[in-house]
Amino acid sequence: MNSARPLWPQIILLIVIITVCVFPFYWMVTTSLKTQIVALEAPPVWLFEPTLANYFEALFEDGVLQTLINSLIIAICTTILSLILGVPAAFALARFEFRGKKDLWFWFITNRMVSPIVLALPFFLIARNLGLLDKHVTLILIYLTFNLPIVIWIVTDQFRGIPYDLDEAARLEGASQITIMLKICLPLAMPGVAVSAIFSFIFSWNELMYGLILTRTDAKTAPAMAVSFMEGYNLPYGKIMATSTLIVIPVLIFALIASKQLVRGLTMGAVK
Amino acid sequence: MHRQVSRRTIFAFIGPAVIGLSLVGIAPLLYAVWTSLHFYNLTKLKRVEFIGLENYWKVLTDEVFWQAMGRTFFLLGTALPLQIALGLIIALVLHQPGLTLLKTLGRLSLVLPMATTYAVVGLLGQVMFNQKFGVVNQLLGGANINWIGDPNNAFFMIIFWDVWQWTPFVALVLLAGLTMVPVEIEEAARLETKSNWVLLRFVQLPFLVPGLVAVLILRTADTLKLFDMVFTLTRGGPGSSTEFISLMIQRVGFRGFDQGLASAQAVILLIITIVLAQLYIRVFYKEV
Repeated sequence: MNSARPLWPQIILLIVIITVCVFPFYWMVTTSLKTQIVALEAPPVWLFEPTLANYFEALFEDGVLQTLINSLIIAICTTILSLILGVPAAFALARFEFRGKKDLWFWFITNRMVSPIVLALPFFLIARNLGLLDKHVTLILIYLTFNLPIVIWIVTDQFRGIPYDLDEAARLEGASQITIMLKICLPLAMPGVAVSAIFSFIFSWNELMYGLILTRTDAKTAPAMAVSFMEGYNLPYGKIMATSTLIVIPVLIFALIASKQLVRGLTMGAVK
Repeated sequence: MHRQVSRRTIFAFIGPAVIGLSLVGIAPLLYAVWTSLHFYNLTKLKRVEFIGLENYWKVLTDEVFWQAMGRTFFLLGTALPLQIALGLIIALVLHQPGLTLLKTLGRLSLVLPMATTYAVVGLLGQVMFNQKFGVVNQLLGGANINWIGDPNNAFFMIIFWDVWQWTPFVALVLLAGLTMVPVEIEEAARLETKSNWVLLRFVQLPFLVPGLVAVLILRTADTLKLFDMVFTLTRGGPGSSTEFISLMIQRVGFRGFDQGLASAQAVILLIITIVLAQLYIRVFYKEV
């Protein structure tokens, strides 16, 4: 039935889709390889002699390397903390019956929808009063507000898919709930745990607003650093794009690894 | 299937998450409510005083606040239909049989925009839409359009990037819906009709509805949250032409230093969000 229709409109459409998705990345990478003089040529040039100077300058002279390390520390720590807090909570939501469970679950999920600016205002004042501005731990903690709901949702879903008979058998052998979770359910739930960890990492790594408001120099994140290049008149476009490339590459790799689960994670399971 | 376990066991499992999220998610909110009831200006910290609901009254009668809110929903109202229309076309193309390699490539490239750091999208916008040496004007045949400095063009640019970043998301959600249609039903329907429209309307649409509602509500929440991309691209300008609600609150609180007023705005935004979230979860997640 499809042979009746020519394939070429489909092929053209697919090529357009791929081009539109990929072109900005192509432009980002090529701009990052231009010297300032080439980058400011009007109209822009497509063929030029590439240079890595922007990367060296950004990384080692402007301190982008330190901000990438900060982002990495913060994203990894908040992900680990979300898993430590979220996995047992997910186990309880999937396996135990208790009063207020629905409300609790609702509250966990609602956190996903709250605008960060709502929390950024009070968090800034509190952090300032406690001397916690410009500290890694402040961002690690506040990123829990979006990472914990993600971890709890995905892992609860995963735990529910594990046959209950396995728990039952272990319990008859005298295993405690903690043993059941760690030894029986967790190994089987690893795919969900891994996906939620990837999400948690991506969201934390990508975040700008809290980084902008809650850090200055010591704990400055990479996106906040990229934005701070935007001051003044003669913008260093090559360096800005080099920094952007360094920020984006790790997330793209992670996203491609988790691409099959991406929709499920972004809709918090509404679509599988 | 569920088992009764002791309260202590339940608390041991779920308590840490509840306490953790309360400390970072609820305590600050209570503090924001407290701040919103005070005159609290970062440049006049000696003069923090209780003023009751005055900040709320100011917000509710503030034209600028409601304009920002209206602008936010206007963005949603223009970008979302585009995302759904384009997303549906992409999903239908990817759902067709054949051309496996090209389609796999297409699906993978759809993942890229969604994962891109929002701030980087804004920076890319600055570079690509620059009036003088931007590639967009070049591709438009050497046009001399001032994208960032003109209010209407700047708004269009925000729509463009929002559509670029989130159409793939809509497409993949709808594609997931299309693959839920049982093959036998789709084939039986194809024998009955040659019209793709009839097929879409009567056979495939019912399977797309859950995804569409999810998209609607998530895009609503994300538009209310929208900050990073716009901040790096236009900072809300020129004038206030791209100042969406989260940007406005940030400006009042951190560039205008009026934490009291900004907190009142934030509390009102929170109430709107919770109402929408209630709706969201009532409709979708009947689980637990």
